[in-house]
Amino acid sequence: MNCQQAKPLIGPYADGELEAATILEVEKHIRDCSACALEWRNLKSLKKALTQDALYFTAPTELRRRIEAELPSPRREVHRGLARPVWNWNWLTTMTSGAFAVCLALLLLVVQSRPSAEQQLAQEVVSSHVRSLMGSHVLDVASTDQHTVKPWFNGKVDFSPPVKDLAAAGFPLTGGRLDYLGGRAVAALVFQRNKHIINVFVWPAREADCNPAPRKPLQGYHLIHWSAGGMTFWAISDLNEKELMEFAQDLAANKTVNP
Amino acid sequence: MVPVDDHERAKAFEQIVLPHLDAAYNLARWLTGNDHDAHDVAQEASLRAFKYFGSFRGDNARAWLLSIVRNSFHTWLRKNRPAEKTVEMTDETLDIEDPSARAEAVNPQFADADAVRRAIAELPVDFREMVILREMEGFSYKEIAELADVPIGTVMSRLARARKLLLKSLTAAFKPGDPR
Repeated sequence: MNCQQAKPLIGPYADGELEAATILEVEKHIRDCSACALEWRNLKSLKKALTQDALYFTAPTELRRRIEAELPSPRREVHRGLARPVWNWNWLTTMTSGAFAVCLALLLLVVQSRPSAEQQLAQEVVSSHVRSLMGSHVLDVASTDQHTVKPWFNGKVDFSPPVKDLAAAGFPLTGGRLDYLGGRAVAALVFQRNKHIINVFVWPAREADCNPAPRKPLQGYHLIHWSAGGMTFWAISDLNEKELMEFAQDLAANKTVNP
Repeated sequence: MVPVDDHERAKAFEQIVLPHLDAAYNLARWLTGNDHDAHDVAQEASLRAFKYFGSFRGDNARAWLLSIVRNSFHTWLRKNRPAEKTVEMTDETLDIEDPSARAEAVNPQFADADAVRRAIAELPVDFREMVILREMEGFSYKEIAELADVPIGTVMSRLARARKLLLKSLTAAFKPGDPR
């Protein structure tokens, strides 16, 4: 690969958009060519400069309030159900529509294959993640110190989640929280990448160890699941999948970092 | 997937779409360049999103909301700033000198949020949005292409040009004596 071929690929390389074989060629060229190496370094500093928190504008509370005020709210119209004359149908209509509803329900049951246990769990993970972001209840214990966060879970859950700070890799730990998933209390570890919050749900698993692997994105959130050392992990964030995968691999690697 | 009942739909909208309001506002703020107009565009887009929420089928609510923010912004732009230069004149005609050929860009300017903010604000709007969508939102080229309704090649060329312009203005700002 020469400079002319390599130059237009440096951006896509930095963005994680190249095939494995091309990555190797670009990396080899950057090692050998000082001009392209300089361009690569400059691009890396630029990308870092562009992702600093100070550049991200968050929505003013007033905007959020105004939008919510425009939406139909169940709170403002609680009497709605009473206004509807539900019970003055004659019995035949009631029976017929009842029978129809039962048929429809049965049909739906047959047609819709039931979501697998994992899909249901993934949906619960998304709901917990969204709940944690909405209610400003992301953290029960706010600390960037793994030696504070880990002991905090003692006595709150019947297991000790592996906690480690990944600040060096660009994913600082911000704290932890108690959450409820799949019918049990779980530990939620909270990390951050720029403005993106990453929730990691951890609980003891009865499944074989498996490496981090992405699941189908749900509602715009990326999900990564893995199991290690008798614990199951679900990482979720609106961060892009590539960076979330880096995060999951960092967290999964050398998991025995204990206080 | 989206409930028919108004109230259920509002609840689903609050859970699925509104968590991405920060992203919507951030994009609107960078596109319009000021708080007041960003507020209007983000609000208009969010209400439009609710109106069309019934037709939302995808699994990426953030990308969907941001594509509506783009549309609302362009409607707003035609109404309020018809003279704003969009990319037609800059996309192909702008020939940018390669700044990295001259200078190591690892300099304090890059850590200075104000300098970076100015450099982004100076970009033509169609280049600017690529930077926001790629660097701040972390979308892939494919996602950006779908969201902005342009070919992937255009995403790549605009992003590359935007980066060259940013490097140029950040390194130039660092070395004021340097002839442009």
